[in-house]
Amino acid sequence: MADFLNSLVGSVDPYMLQILVNVGIAVVLALGLNVITGLTGQLSLGHAAFMSIGAFTSAMVTIKTGLPFVANLAVTGVVTAIVAAAIGFPILRLTGDYLAICTLGFAEIVKVFFLNFEPTNKALGLTVPPAKTAIPMPIYVWVVAILAIVLVTFVQSSRFGRALKAIREDEIAADAMGINTARYKIQAFALGSFMAGIGGGLYAHFLSYINPSDFGFLKSVDILAMVVLGGLGSVPGAVIGSSVLASAPEFLRFMSQYRMLVYGALLVFLMVFRPNGLLGGVNVTELLLRAIGRKPAGK
Amino acid sequence: MFLQQLVNGVALGSVYALIALGYTMVYGIITLINFAHGEIFMAGAFIGLLLVSAFKVNVFVAMAGAMVFCMLMGVIIELIAYRPLRKSSRLSALISAIGVSIFLSSLALMVFGADAKGFPDGAFPVRQIKVGTADISTLQLLIIGVSAVLMMALEFIVQKTKIGKAMRATSEDYNTSALMGINVNRVISFTFALGSALAAAGGVLVGVLFNAVSFNMGLMAGLKAFAAAVLGGIGSIPGAMLGGLLLGVSEVFGVAIGYSSYRDAIAFTILVLVLLVKPTGLLGQKITKKV
Repeated sequence: MADFLNSLVGSVDPYMLQILVNVGIAVVLALGLNVITGLTGQLSLGHAAFMSIGAFTSAMVTIKTGLPFVANLAVTGVVTAIVAAAIGFPILRLTGDYLAICTLGFAEIVKVFFLNFEPTNKALGLTVPPAKTAIPMPIYVWVVAILAIVLVTFVQSSRFGRALKAIREDEIAADAMGINTARYKIQAFALGSFMAGIGGGLYAHFLSYINPSDFGFLKSVDILAMVVLGGLGSVPGAVIGSSVLASAPEFLRFMSQYRMLVYGALLVFLMVFRPNGLLGGVNVTELLLRAIGRKPAGK
Repeated sequence: MFLQQLVNGVALGSVYALIALGYTMVYGIITLINFAHGEIFMAGAFIGLLLVSAFKVNVFVAMAGAMVFCMLMGVIIELIAYRPLRKSSRLSALISAIGVSIFLSSLALMVFGADAKGFPDGAFPVRQIKVGTADISTLQLLIIGVSAVLMMALEFIVQKTKIGKAMRATSEDYNTSALMGINVNRVISFTFALGSALAAAGGVLVGVLFNAVSFNMGLMAGLKAFAAAVLGGIGSIPGAMLGGLLLGVSEVFGVAIGYSSYRDAIAFTILVLVLLVKPTGLLGQKITKKV
């Protein structure tokens, strides 16, 4: 099995493979933020902080213990979720932009913390040993990404997901309908961060080197841009948004030094012409059904 | 020692306050977090540097030039990147602002290169003045003085002129002011021009103070100024001044008592703590939600 997977991965062009893995990790991160910002409507500008907590936790678990990689990721996700819940408890009382700046501030604090944290080599960064698994990393990343897609799709249509959407649409009305908004917001925050943590763990083991400065404000913004670009609250949107933005810098590489310039301009133009995101307000299931010639399920 | 650090802190804080004013005014009127504002501050610093080193003008002329240039820049950015999005969700405008910010900083990287540039020697004659045990440089006094003058000018414009009245009305209620015959688009352009001019002045002052101008100086300064605006209560002009001074002073004192490697975290820790106690900032209005 492992041999077959290895040869499968080996048959793909390494450069293409790297882009594919970047996209896969971005999908996990974007879907996590999609739960917080897209479904629950809580703007977070600090998603990269949870990614970094996940990355460093996962790296330390690999270095210090012999846990297999599956268990490692599970531990990482749970640790990140606990940290997120502990932080979410006080700060989720804030609303709108005050919450946004608080998450931003928290992310900066986490970054500075890791920059000064002795066990993770401070600003030098941490070299991560190979993951303890026979399955090649790219396959791992994509299995996790698909699991994340399935998970968020189910969450979205569950009772829990409907409560989150109610909070997004009108918090006061949701409260009046008997939804425990504080609890649901913290749970959504923890779930999104759980996924960010796992994404961070995958990132750490794929790159095999992590540095606190990699998880700065710009990383959070990158992830947020993926979610908004695809269309807030839409799972296919988050997948497409992260695929476009995670691979865009690579496809723009031919213009080398103009790359980031074009990337910035691209963000502005996409927003001006598709303000609700690429798939905002588009029902993808319906489109697919129509494409294969069946009538839409209809409501 | 105490006096010395206090002056350092007030000088740094006045610059934060100058930048924070731009955030707070724009937010007050169109509830947009203008993430490109830090980049305007950076652009101001570069224009100032260019004028001083290439055209040999003195610092004050350079500052005026940078302010005019950035005013235009702010107005054009609003026109291209924010105005088409005024009716759509606030997050889209936010992403657009982030796009502008990435665009401007990479443009600066291309044009001016990656390494920090300094002002030529003697751009501003610096002298040290002894006050008790403290060494206060004329540069710090210049920064505090210029910031104070600019803030008073802003206060005058906002409180005493017709366009200032229109600004206050628009931030009170956007739709009603439009119905009352206020040209809202002009008010918004004017707000961007004012905020950008203040940021440009801040950029030149910081460039002279630290003698370093680089393409990425806008990011951290912008974030901290934004934190200052929120700390004071976003949308409130006195709040931005207070927040800026508070963050500047506490940052300098934090570094002085030995937390220099935590420098960037100090401002945000204070911000988070204050927001937990007072969720709308120090001077922010209490938001009452209507059902």
